[in-house]
Amino acid sequence: MSQMINAQRRHIRYGKLPHFFCPGCGDGQVLNFFLRAIDELGMNLEDMVAIGGVGCTARIPVYLNTDTLHGVHGRTLPWAMGIKLHKPEIPVVIFAGDGDAASIGGNHLIHAARRNLDVTMIVVNNLNFAMTGGQVAPTTPAKFVTMTTPYGSGEPPFDICEVALAAGATHVSRSTTSRGPQTIKAIKKGLQHRGFSLVEIISQCPTHFGRYALGSGKPEVNIEFIDDNSVTIAEAKNMTKDELRGKFVIGEFIDEQKPVFAGSSVYEVEE
Amino acid sequence: MTADGQRQNSRVLSGVHFMLGNYATVEGALAAGCDFFAGYPITPANEISERMAERLPQVGGKFIQGEDELCSIYAIAAASLAGAKAMTATASAGYNYYQEGIEYAVAVEAPCVIVNVQRCRGENFATQADIMQMRWGAAGDHEMIVLAPSSVQELFDYTVRAFNLAEQFRNPVIVASETTIALMRERLEIPGADRIPVLNRKYTDLGPDKYKTFDAPENGVPDFSPLGKGYHGLYTINPHDIDGSIEWDPIVYEKLYKRITGKISENEHIISHTESFQLDDADIALVTYGSEVRPTLDAMELARNSGLKVGVLKLGTVWPVPETRIREVAKQMKAVITVEMSIGKYAGEVERVVAGRCVTARATKNRGIGHTAEEILEVIKGVRA
Repeated sequence: MSQMINAQRRHIRYGKLPHFFCPGCGDGQVLNFFLRAIDELGMNLEDMVAIGGVGCTARIPVYLNTDTLHGVHGRTLPWAMGIKLHKPEIPVVIFAGDGDAASIGGNHLIHAARRNLDVTMIVVNNLNFAMTGGQVAPTTPAKFVTMTTPYGSGEPPFDICEVALAAGATHVSRSTTSRGPQTIKAIKKGLQHRGFSLVEIISQCPTHFGRYALGSGKPEVNIEFIDDNSVTIAEAKNMTKDELRGKFVIGEFIDEQKPVFAGSSVYEVEE
Repeated sequence: MTADGQRQNSRVLSGVHFMLGNYATVEGALAAGCDFFAGYPITPANEISERMAERLPQVGGKFIQGEDELCSIYAIAAASLAGAKAMTATASAGYNYYQEGIEYAVAVEAPCVIVNVQRCRGENFATQADIMQMRWGAAGDHEMIVLAPSSVQELFDYTVRAFNLAEQFRNPVIVASETTIALMRERLEIPGADRIPVLNRKYTDLGPDKYKTFDAPENGVPDFSPLGKGYHGLYTINPHDIDGSIEWDPIVYEKLYKRITGKISENEHIISHTESFQLDDADIALVTYGSEVRPTLDAMELARNSGLKVGVLKLGTVWPVPETRIREVAKQMKAVITVEMSIGKYAGEVERVVAGRCVTARATKNRGIGHTAEEILEVIKGVRA
């Protein structure tokens, strides 16, 4: 009897499975969503560079049959800039956790968005520092318990999409791991966009955020928490600022075309 | 128009110039084939960025002013992996940040050139205080190649060589510039392009099915593969096997770091560059590098005029330590004196290598100004007494 093999398996670096994500983690889902998006778009991973920094999400590109850069916290966008400016024809996709993208890499995020660097940045936001054991992140909802906020977080959280929008990103969307088809579509749009595209995916981390912040290591409890607090952009329009506090607004915030970054000093040949 | 008031569009500005040290650094980089630069403003390295911003687009290269030093160092490391001959420049405080990216460039063997115009803490005064930081600053086991120019001409020449060594050994190479020479104008002679040796990295002849990213031949330097061509390169800072995959096996890890450090330490004879001045009949050798070479040569003249047999060993490369040559010189001397503009850092290296073969002494000074020849002469006379 022949065994069923997932068609996406051909995109995975030889000998690298099983992956190291915890049972119930959203990163495995995002890896799957991404490969489906690639297939549906008819893109070839071998033409691409995939980049991960440090963290759980940063491991996604390590499994891909791309050229891959990995292993430094927060510097995914500077890497992407180096590659895109020297070889603009190579598609570059970044997988970053919320720590990578918004904490240590926050400054790079602002400036890549401002410059309209032509990369796709998939941010898997699991609301905490997961790989290091569940510490507070800039995205952790206020008053939630983590390993470094044992009495509840005293920090107001940070909205990654709003920051990208304010900095001038030309494509920004947010989805959740529980919305498979919508997330695949969001990734596809992000990959097709010419310019800086940020695709945020709110994800469950049952091992840490679930256990410490929500009191349960069951993935479904974490997923339900995200779903219960998600509202669409249309719904959000009719809500007050107070009602929106702690909510994840889901949808596409912007999709526009602007010239892409080609360097700080661009030489125009005189006629 | 350049700051010199001329439009100059060619990559190699052959001819005789009266040029600022920082500009000479840029011209050396361009002559060596530099086509990518990222930097962040900091004095006294700004003229490097400014001239790069003007010159690189003229010759088809890319210039970026990063949002910070971290952006700059990672942009050049990644551009290098994408095939660029990349450079960045900073001054001491900025180099602190670079250490992070240097660790990555070492681990994935990305050739790149880093110019560090050393300055005193927060002020643009002369110093060589960062000589150890350039060697040891990055985390993890590594070897560094650090060149120490002493003049505007050498800023050009050594920057060319820095690119060549980076390409040859797949390692970051540091040009240890200094406030003194960087902000000095001197005669610079740029040879014809055909007389400037330019080395380029070796790309693999193998197809993606046979190629392994870090499978190195005997010299320890793996062949490159292009990005985006199906080679599945994995460039991670984590301990990795020859195919790039992350491995936690202590044997794999040790093998990797022995190769990465060995490709430099075992090639000291290729990398090392020293110059000797009147050492043949000398019984005292002054060992020095960078801008301190200038007063040291003057001190040698003063000493010779008063009948003392003094010579100078100038270290063009400070890392790896030119141990073979220092040992050879020490054997012939009664004393070796290290001259440097710090509290005495490199002197420890010289003394380690001399290892009791003769007497050692130090002429050290770190107050934002180089030695005078007379100050060095005093130390020589002290050793004689």
